[in-house]
Amino acid sequence: MAFEYAPAPESRSIVDIKPSYGLFVDGEFVDGRGTSFKTINPATEETLAEVAEASEADVDLAVRAARRAFRGWSRMSGKERAKYLFRIARIIQERGRELAVLESIDNGKPIKESRDVDVPVVAAHFFYYAGWADKLEYAGLGPNPQPLGVAGQVIPWNFPLLMLAWKVAPALACGNTVVLKPAETTPLTALLFAEICQQADLPPGVVNIVTGASSTGQALVSHPDIDKVAFTGSTEVGKAIARAVAGTDKKVTLELGGKAANIVFDDAPIDQAVEGIVSGIFFNQGHVCCAGSRLLVQESVADEVMAKLKRRMGTLRVGDPLDKNTDIGAINSREQLDRIRELSEVGESEGAERWSPACDLPTSGFWFPPTVFTGVTQAHRIAREEVFGPVLSVLTFRTPAEAVEKANNTPYGLSAGVWTEKGSRILHMASQLRAGVVWANTFNKFDPASPFGGYKESGYGREGGRQGLAAYLKGAQG
Amino acid sequence: MARIDVRKTYKLYIGGAFPRSESGHSYEVTDSKGKFVANAALASRKDVRDAVVAARKAFGPWSSRTAYNRGQVVYRIAEVMEDRRPQFEEAVRQSEGASASAARGQVDAAVDRLVWYAGWADKLAQVVGNANPVAGPFFNHTAPEPTGVVGVLAPQQSSLLGLVSVVAPVVVTGNSAVVVSSFERPLPAVTFSEVLATSDVPGGVVNILTGDAAALGPWLAAHMDVNAIDLCGVAGSPELATSLEVAAADNLKRVRRAPDAEPDWAAEPGLGTMTDFIESKTVWHPIGT
Repeated sequence: MAFEYAPAPESRSIVDIKPSYGLFVDGEFVDGRGTSFKTINPATEETLAEVAEASEADVDLAVRAARRAFRGWSRMSGKERAKYLFRIARIIQERGRELAVLESIDNGKPIKESRDVDVPVVAAHFFYYAGWADKLEYAGLGPNPQPLGVAGQVIPWNFPLLMLAWKVAPALACGNTVVLKPAETTPLTALLFAEICQQADLPPGVVNIVTGASSTGQALVSHPDIDKVAFTGSTEVGKAIARAVAGTDKKVTLELGGKAANIVFDDAPIDQAVEGIVSGIFFNQGHVCCAGSRLLVQESVADEVMAKLKRRMGTLRVGDPLDKNTDIGAINSREQLDRIRELSEVGESEGAERWSPACDLPTSGFWFPPTVFTGVTQAHRIAREEVFGPVLSVLTFRTPAEAVEKANNTPYGLSAGVWTEKGSRILHMASQLRAGVVWANTFNKFDPASPFGGYKESGYGREGGRQGLAAYLKGAQG
Repeated sequence: MARIDVRKTYKLYIGGAFPRSESGHSYEVTDSKGKFVANAALASRKDVRDAVVAARKAFGPWSSRTAYNRGQVVYRIAEVMEDRRPQFEEAVRQSEGASASAARGQVDAAVDRLVWYAGWADKLAQVVGNANPVAGPFFNHTAPEPTGVVGVLAPQQSSLLGLVSVVAPVVVTGNSAVVVSSFERPLPAVTFSEVLATSDVPGGVVNILTGDAAALGPWLAAHMDVNAIDLCGVAGSPELATSLEVAAADNLKRVRRAPDAEPDWAAEPGLGTMTDFIESKTVWHPIGT
């Protein structure tokens, strides 16, 4: 049965996108000294705005502003810092629709995700850490918790505002000041957040935002006067950062790539598991570091699971990110689309079988249909490398031990999923899987109270929860 | 006529056995006044690799033991050490040129430190783990797990208390260790390995290599099957420490950086020595009827 839906677009008139943006330094928007770049809507390829590309000198000014602000911010009582964070959280809620629409326009993600996941979790994150600001001595992270100083933070394009919240909220709660670099393709919600900081009367220099590409990021993480580097992005860049900070006193948190196994046992609630597989790999176009990109299904139910999965994939609607019915939006950039295409072609040429439902893709913009590969072996590149797109690789197993071995056979260790009705098996699998987050009979759930971060080459340190404070306090682990 | 003493050539401790260095090399160990004491095996790159294989093999079973059992095993090390106090005191005196009472004090502190860490085995998860009250119908909790195989460059100065202080936190939390002892003061480490071999520590959980941290450190830091590294043994050599940290980035090892100088080992260590080598794992499950 085919469902037809009339278009139901969210109005974009709520958002006022300026033709050009400067940097946010010391509480003011300033012109950069470097060049500028365009940010586009990946669903239409229309240019949204010109954005300043921060040069090394711009980054230096921002770090200086953050250093000056650190004195006052770190000495302010936690009780007062908390109120600024609560203000920010409240403004995010109040301007939630605007933020959601802008996020979908600049990133390409469906409005129902930016509206129902990204923005509410962003607000919740600020609320959560606001409450910690005056309770740090109760966090169990040492008797006299002290901030580190200035944090240099570099975030990716897949959850632009959410990653900003994960970085900025705990840093500020602990009394640090920040210089944040949003991703080159998705700077706009960070710049709107800068406006929110002004609206909240946050003291100048506590939050500084420098837009740019990788050279701006390099200038930031290697700046001698920052005390902390927090990075979310690729494992390759994460390793480069780990090398760059070697021999310094900089504390580092790295939240990097993943190739999560989503393991379905024969006694799993299959319909629920199929929903979990779909949200595991197609949520946010698969641009998710913890995506369940390797489905490990027990051989005895593989046919049933695949039939139901394909049927369900046929109902996914790909298209206009601002349409409230859209399940899968636009791929964030041409570069990323090229990578997804390339790895998918490699998957076929290495012998895996590729399948996508019939689906009409828009003619302009960057699009990739939901795709599943069967007959995948552990040696295939699509089973080893992070595709970071709506592409699922399916492998089978017979015993729990084999599932564990295959799941752990990766240099990554960010997340994993387990589907079974047997409680003891869940706990066994959860203990055996070498991953920082294990979702049992659920997938891709996020909460400010829940620590997130990886084992092995998925990075180190945790974001979220009580553990997330450790990343921004002296002496505490993270 | 004075008796001619039997001069020993000490060996490595890998996988619960005492092999000679694969290289066949050994080096002379002298006391603090330069007088010959014994020969020690000079560990090579191959010995590092063998030790990592042994540590990896031991990691699964060791990390799967109950915390209570790991605490018992570490406490047992303290018991066996206590039995061999004179030998340790002699080794510390020779190695560090310490007075008899200072050596005794160091052995006391080392035994006490093992007892302190033994007690942490079944408490750390309660202190650093917790339930997470997420905004939805989910059971969600976070608990620590060992990070895996940990390379330990043991301190060069504090030959026993320093050694115990860097090894105990790694293994009590369920990791396995490849330890490079103090180069010039290896004998307390050799005696410690004999204690490990005669206590209840499974082979491979602690592997002790005598040799030069500057020569062995790069192999350990770059080894792709080592999950973390403690650089304490290169304290005071910032360039070497930096190069090891760079090498460790190849597989994103957790790095405990070298201090500028060896810390005061008598001070209570705090939790960081353990939490630097653990991972926080968070598990979600829906709540429903």
